[in-house]
Amino acid sequence: MKNTPKDYVLAGATGLAVLLIVGLLGVLLWEIVAGGAGVISGTFLTQSPSADMTSGGIFPAIYGTVVVTMLMTIAGVPVGIATAIWLSEYAPRHSRLTTIVRIAVNNLAGVPSIVFGLFGLGFFVLFVGGSIDDVVYGPGTPVWGKPSVLWASLTLAVLTLPVVIVTTEEALRTVPQDLRDASLALGATRFQTVFKVVVPNALGGILTGVILAVSRGAGEVAPILFCGAANFLPYLPTDLRDMFMHLGYHIFALATQSPNVDAARPMLFGTVLVLLVLTFSLNLVAVVVRSRARARLRA
Amino acid sequence: MTSVAIPEPKMQTENVSVFYGDKIAIGKVTLDIADRAVTALIGPSGCGKSTYLRSLNRMNDTIDIARVQGKITLDGQDIYGKGVDAVEVRRRVGMVFQKSNPFPKSVFENVAFGLRIAGEKKPAILARRVEESLSGAGLWDEVKDRLDESALGLSGGQQQRLCIARCLAVRPEVILMDEPTSALDPIATARAEELIRELKENYAIVIVTHSMQQAARISDYTAFFYMGELVESGETDQIFTRPRESRTEEYITGRFG
Repeated sequence: MKNTPKDYVLAGATGLAVLLIVGLLGVLLWEIVAGGAGVISGTFLTQSPSADMTSGGIFPAIYGTVVVTMLMTIAGVPVGIATAIWLSEYAPRHSRLTTIVRIAVNNLAGVPSIVFGLFGLGFFVLFVGGSIDDVVYGPGTPVWGKPSVLWASLTLAVLTLPVVIVTTEEALRTVPQDLRDASLALGATRFQTVFKVVVPNALGGILTGVILAVSRGAGEVAPILFCGAANFLPYLPTDLRDMFMHLGYHIFALATQSPNVDAARPMLFGTVLVLLVLTFSLNLVAVVVRSRARARLRA
Repeated sequence: MTSVAIPEPKMQTENVSVFYGDKIAIGKVTLDIADRAVTALIGPSGCGKSTYLRSLNRMNDTIDIARVQGKITLDGQDIYGKGVDAVEVRRRVGMVFQKSNPFPKSVFENVAFGLRIAGEKKPAILARRVEESLSGAGLWDEVKDRLDESALGLSGGQQQRLCIARCLAVRPEVILMDEPTSALDPIATARAEELIRELKENYAIVIVTHSMQQAARISDYTAFFYMGELVESGETDQIFTRPRESRTEEYITGRFG
């Protein structure tokens, strides 16, 4: 078939769009690597920042990010996967309850992350934490009812929940009904069918979704603003009730809160680079997991 | 409807109706299933023969809007009765589907699946039952050297016989087959039909088929469904040579459907 002028226009316009995207990404990455690679060093990765944040390292922020991301995963992912299994395998197809749950999940996915931050402050810190304090300690200095690792992790878990639910449900739905029927017809219970046939065959998709959700959660700043992230904290959190430093929040702090913003700029780029490497490697793991799972299903 | 009485039927259905929501899929089907014989269900697409088949092992239970009325018995016991577990029914009444649906696992694990979920763990017993079932499905010689390879690497005909082996492994009493050869080439179809003829020595077999020739070749009894009703049932010879109902005659002679 011969290309018409319209084809050339379309190919040109779409190609230009691609070029724009690739170009923007390239400039962004180049800026970050050029500005940040120079400060990456043993000291930078293992030391605490100096008081004015223009020298030293970012280890507390790396540590805080890893801890909060792990706690977020432990708290949120099982609930998300369980909800997805219920939606896909147990919920009656057209019932009102199922529809309501689905609408709720989709709306949750569209809520701006700063709203999750306020929700975390209002619900976890003030309500849950405050209630524990009232019941256990009575009036006085808050023990649980203040921003901390725990509340920030739970707030992030709520934020990532809809992503986990939607991707897991999609992965479960790609498992052919034929396989469920085969399993049931052999005398398997619904439970056995779900855990021996459906989930194992959807595992690649589920893991991909989980990792992408986690990598998104790792980079979020807004939800933890009020819930536990600290501006400057030269020691590591040792308790769930401690506050913590966080890479994303540290970037914000370096850019706006440093006494000498210009002097802190190399630190800023270095921190961005570390955060990007962390989330990119999580995404890379997701890509590998997905391609392996696909190969397994095709084998 | 006209039908003949079958001595000592394995399964009996009495006035069985199946509804999907408000829609009726089959109405008041009364039919006996003979033991150690092949019963063929024929009729045009959408006539309800697959729906009827799926009510015999309670597979309709897996569709939330499906509802079954009437009485279905297996060895005289009501399979929809109170306290009867659908899982138990499906162990006794196995099913082979239109599209072969092996699990994306090894050949061995496919056949062992039903045993494992029933709690069998001993490797020696699993190995013996897997060999026995694959031999029963006429597949052992072809796959005995590749038991650990993925079942998805087998040919279409082999996959369908693997599904039959998987079904045999749980030692059912009745085997339901929903157009098991419709996706197979003529040679694989011939193999499968030969297998069905062998299997009827030990099992009651109910097969849905679109091929009148197939029904005539392999079945002992034939039931003709039309528009959700059982029009006529009887010995296959009689149905194909001296049908009592004019609609049956028109269908088998190819005047409609």
